[in-house]
Amino acid sequence: MASLSDIQTFEHDVLVIGAGGAGLRAAIESSAQGLSTGVVCKSLLGKAHTVMAEGGLAAALGNVDSRDNWKIHFRDTMRGGKFLNQWRMAELHAKQAPDRVRELEEWGAVFDRTKDGLISQRNFGGHRYPRLAHVGDRTGLEIIRTLQDYGIHRGFQIYMECTALELVLDDGRVAGVVGYWRETGRFVLFKAKAVVLATGGGGRAWRVTSNSWEYSGDGYGIAYEAGADLMDMEFTQFHPTGMVWPPSIRGILVTEGVRGDGGILLNNKRERFMFNYIPPKFAAETADTEEEANRWLKGDKSARRPPELLTRDEVARAITREVNEGRGSPHGGVFLDIASRQPADLIKRKLPSMYHQFKELAEVDITREAMEVGPTLHYFMGGVRVDHDTQMSTVPGLFAAGECAAGLHGANRLGGNSLSDLIVFGRLAGVGAADYVRRLAAAPRAHDEKITAVVRRATEILNRESGTNPFLIQEDLQGVMGRYVGIVRTEGELQAALGELERLKAETARVKAQGTSQYNAGWHQALDLRSLLITSEAVTRAALVRQESRGAHTRTDFPGERDEWLKVNVAVRKAPGGMQTEVLRRPEPPKELAEIAFATIEALEVKHA
Amino acid sequence: MPERRFRVWRGDARGGDFADYTVEVDPGMVVLDVLHRIQARQANDLSVRWNCKAGKCGSCSMEINGRPRLACMSRMNQYAPDETVTIQPLKTFPIIKDLVTDVSWNFEQNRRIAPFKPAPRGKDGQYRMMQKDVDRVQEFRKCIECFLCQDVCHVLRERHRKDAFVGPRFLIRLASLEMHPLDTADRIPAIRDEFGSGLCNITRCCTEVCPESIGITDNGIIPLKERVVDRFYDPLRWVARKLFGSGA
Repeated sequence: MASLSDIQTFEHDVLVIGAGGAGLRAAIESSAQGLSTGVVCKSLLGKAHTVMAEGGLAAALGNVDSRDNWKIHFRDTMRGGKFLNQWRMAELHAKQAPDRVRELEEWGAVFDRTKDGLISQRNFGGHRYPRLAHVGDRTGLEIIRTLQDYGIHRGFQIYMECTALELVLDDGRVAGVVGYWRETGRFVLFKAKAVVLATGGGGRAWRVTSNSWEYSGDGYGIAYEAGADLMDMEFTQFHPTGMVWPPSIRGILVTEGVRGDGGILLNNKRERFMFNYIPPKFAAETADTEEEANRWLKGDKSARRPPELLTRDEVARAITREVNEGRGSPHGGVFLDIASRQPADLIKRKLPSMYHQFKELAEVDITREAMEVGPTLHYFMGGVRVDHDTQMSTVPGLFAAGECAAGLHGANRLGGNSLSDLIVFGRLAGVGAADYVRRLAAAPRAHDEKITAVVRRATEILNRESGTNPFLIQEDLQGVMGRYVGIVRTEGELQAALGELERLKAETARVKAQGTSQYNAGWHQALDLRSLLITSEAVTRAALVRQESRGAHTRTDFPGERDEWLKVNVAVRKAPGGMQTEVLRRPEPPKELAEIAFATIEALEVKHA
Repeated sequence: MPERRFRVWRGDARGGDFADYTVEVDPGMVVLDVLHRIQARQANDLSVRWNCKAGKCGSCSMEINGRPRLACMSRMNQYAPDETVTIQPLKTFPIIKDLVTDVSWNFEQNRRIAPFKPAPRGKDGQYRMMQKDVDRVQEFRKCIECFLCQDVCHVLRERHRKDAFVGPRFLIRLASLEMHPLDTADRIPAIRDEFGSGLCNITRCCTEVCPESIGITDNGIIPLKERVVDRFYDPLRWVARKLFGSGA
């Protein structure tokens, strides 16, 4: 094993882990505040998960419908999250998103335009007005490239293809991070006074997912091992429309923009079934006839929104029920039809990558035929529990932003609120980390024992004579989570999952990577297993605790929302005996925010003479 | 399931060779699925970059039967059932291991380009750009940085002129800045002198391999070459363009 003197060392005030939208925005801010900043990312720069985001970013610019404003965005976010969101975070998000979008434009982003030459905005599920700034259906690419091309001139260091393994603490405070270079397998120590986790979610624990390999829950694993609280982990969003055929691409995302631009959902009887699933809470704001929904599509501002644009949890559950009751499409999904709703040239212009993706991967021409779609694990509403204003976790010096953090989205995230989350809270995490570093009396020390332990654990996987195959453990885990911790859950299934996770932990303790440490996919996979298992267990335990159905968390043994569970969030943390859960009492909401959340739309609209 | 034969290059900077694999191929599979199956069942340490598996991130660039392609967008049913599929790393960049190459040179080129420099906002605090004026820039900004165009470019691949030519990817990035309605920086001298626009001899190989179907040569590089010519060899037209806009 390498001796400690061989370990390469870098030193920064702030180290950001992850180079998606949140990580890059945090680094830009920290650097702008004059602090030495580094960014560690597992892939090449510009490949992070943000690049896959399609539909747009939500901000109440009011460019397309001038009645919009931050209060209505805030109200939509709270209602979409079933009021379990952290009120202050939803407020900050709605208020700051417009400035962050305009800032991206100033840094070179080229959004689609309105007829007046302003940033255009599109309709999306759960958003009252057209609110999503977008670039066709490749908005994520635009954002990551803008931040990347701006960021490389801002003076922070970028460490590509470098994976963070564990935090090093000094007397409970952050002192640094140990990681390894993927290319060589060489270990590296980043001494840092503050660390910002911007690692995204953990969808790779499921088989049918829209997430890439990078989504192995690294931030959850790193924070958990350091003693930080995770919160709201039971809320895993199944996006209603993933591809279902052919099998090898099952789960790949079909943007909600298809429905925002007029696409409708049909079962195998060609019924527009979403009209049967309008919940009372949204009935007043949802069209109840096809005639009204069609008028909305034609731009009639007095018409209400079609039920296909209900929140993702509602649509995903409806599709699951249609399929389970025998009304599904040939490959176990439902039909998503935009071909009969919009002219071919508009579809190709507004949804070019959907057109391309179906044509290339499924041999379906979406301008002529309906797509087959079904739910796919897409997003974690939960994550590292953070202070609402500073984004600091319960561990001093450890911050989190973006999907990795909990709080903004409550029980269900609205489409478009993720990209705006990244730039709003990425920036705030940069500010929070900078403030923390400036207030530190003395620099923390990274102690050798911890570093040695991390290196030993990682190298054992290579040095073992024989052992289990890391890829097969990962496949096994994906099967377990898909089977027992899916879109609808019961106590029995969740308990079964816990049993299986214990078995997988034991197998992971014996995992063996063949070959050397040089760019070794098997070793990388083996090292990712710990975070994947922590993530899976956290979701399962939190789901067992919450005995109700709310947003993305559906318990068939506890149907419906229950008032007592609106008063609490579920937290998960590391304890001597293993993973511990705690029910945290929610503070009373600020009065003025509660008034906005429960007001009628008409009371909040910008009035025009 | 039918079994198919593959030859995959295995090795590192010190050398290597093709290894043969036989893999069961299910309907709808792409080449990247095959590589994952080899990785999981036959060669755990096989190195391959990938992320989105949907043609959006540009990570899984490689040469498949001699053609630069994204493995995630290469469906198996385009190859004959008895055909052996040969998979090797990009040739233009140094090997790290197996199918992974060192593409860091590209990131260095990007840093050399003068950043976006916007004009001030309008009196109402807004930027105004008409859609028809940004269509071309948006076409260029579709680039997913897969570097297939860099791989296939003769100037980089056969003539090894990384010292003098920035490659199609970064000429497109330069074009996206030069044609951005809000940008005020002048990169024309650098496009000729530092980035080597004159070295491109317009064979259009880059355009042919672009998975995003960007008109790299016709819409990007040729207009840049024209701007260079206007500036350095036709100063009157350059002055006219400055005075009367790009239509002059």
